[in-house]
Amino acid sequence: MRLDWEIAKRGWRRYAAYPAATWAGVFTNTVFGFVQAYILLAVYRHRTDVGGYDAGDTVTYVWLAQALIMTVYIFGWEELALRIRDGSIATDLSRPVNPQRYWLAFDLGRAPYHFVFRGIPPFVVGAFVFDLHYPSPGLAVAFAVSVGLAVVVSLGFRFLYNVAAFWLIDHRGVLRLSVTVSLFFSGMILPIAFFPGWLAAVAHALPFASILQVPVDIYLGKHTGADLAGALAVQAGWALTLLALGQLALARGTRKVVIQGG
Amino acid sequence: MVDGLRVYGRLIAAQVRSQLQYRASFALDAAGTFLISFLDFLAVLVLFHNVPRLAGWSVHEVAFLYATSSVAFALADLIVGHLESLSQRLRTGTFDILLVRPRGTLFQMIASELALRRLGRFAQGCVVFGYALTGTHIDWDVGRALMLVVMVPAGFVIFASVWVAGMCVMFWTTEGGEFTNAFTYGGQFLTQYPIDVYSAWLRRFLAYLVPMAFVSYFPALYILGKDDPLGLPRLLQFSSPLVAVAAACAAGLVWRAAVRRYRSAGG
Repeated sequence: MRLDWEIAKRGWRRYAAYPAATWAGVFTNTVFGFVQAYILLAVYRHRTDVGGYDAGDTVTYVWLAQALIMTVYIFGWEELALRIRDGSIATDLSRPVNPQRYWLAFDLGRAPYHFVFRGIPPFVVGAFVFDLHYPSPGLAVAFAVSVGLAVVVSLGFRFLYNVAAFWLIDHRGVLRLSVTVSLFFSGMILPIAFFPGWLAAVAHALPFASILQVPVDIYLGKHTGADLAGALAVQAGWALTLLALGQLALARGTRKVVIQGG
Repeated sequence: MVDGLRVYGRLIAAQVRSQLQYRASFALDAAGTFLISFLDFLAVLVLFHNVPRLAGWSVHEVAFLYATSSVAFALADLIVGHLESLSQRLRTGTFDILLVRPRGTLFQMIASELALRRLGRFAQGCVVFGYALTGTHIDWDVGRALMLVVMVPAGFVIFASVWVAGMCVMFWTTEGGEFTNAFTYGGQFLTQYPIDVYSAWLRRFLAYLVPMAFVSYFPALYILGKDDPLGLPRLLQFSSPLVAVAAACAAGLVWRAAVRRYRSAGG
């Protein structure tokens, strides 16, 4: 536990070291938030409800999504894949900590930094311009738990497409495909509430909804009571499944790894 | 100028040859980019699943905006997208090498790469354009055809200028590629929908000051024969080429000012 804590602190510090990059990112998230909010609001000139979302829900969704982009790190991560490619993974494997546990701890240190410094500022800007919804204290706690689970699901998935580098000479194709599919089916580009029924069913059957749509729906109060517990359970289920698959893939990949000296 | 193009042609031909050495890898990469970019357009279709028209525009008309902007953006990404590597050159000091060669620094940066896989995105734009044509009624005449031929290069120049000017921020901050994304990727996102959905201040900032509205919106109003819901002067619908020239000049000036400020990290 002490070890995980120390790794997590390094995760936070790594990103805290570049405040200028953080502010540049906040600016970009804010601009995208405005553009997306106005596009989706144009839909509400014609109707008052889309898949259970009213206009307030939708703009709140837009700013939450911008706030969570970096927290759940959905735009792609290739650090592990690069270590596999250049052979540094050999050093990682000789350490007394499992690489997945290392990166999970690191990511759980990184995520709070991004939530506070990349998430809250654009959301506050959005709150000044649009009528956003705010959760009750109970829902806020559930939302916090859900975001934590979302980070684990996301790391579980990112770990998998990075481990693919054991088998591929060039991991970037898989990376690009994984990022695009997860962006779309997490509800990052459009809320899943806007999807036609069959596509929404597909989205809810995949793990990606647990990365964004589920926490946002919890924030908006779309899940209550047993339904809320169920939503969190689905997230936890995906987190465990993806982490287990990651361990399996890592074990398989490790068995075939050949490091060419260095 | 002619000489510059000749040199550019040679440098890029070398790049292209090297990328085609691994044909299977290249084909997979380009096909992947092509397929992936359709998920992006799927978002437009999903949006229109909920409404027949968005701010008075049909799905095919929005597809027209999307396609023309997408093609122009893909070209800009192809030609200048790799300027992002400027950050690395500034950090390591390798920008110095460009300063001692007998060509302009911007020219050398542009001629340093051409990622052919980005043509996948270009192809996607063309397919979406075909889709747009199946559902829009356009009274084709010489003027409209000419506008179509002019708007794509103009849009390309506008996107490329924004890219170049945006990248100059790095001369001050070293990092900052992400800041520029707000204008390039953010600008492209904005041009995919009719600009009257945006609030007045966002339009002034990203559609007129950063002249994104001239990429697809104004020329499209003319080609599709739509009334401007904002009631702006009709002349604007024909001014994209002029705006493109002005944007290119502005970007060139910003680049020169930025390079003059460059202090080597000692590479």
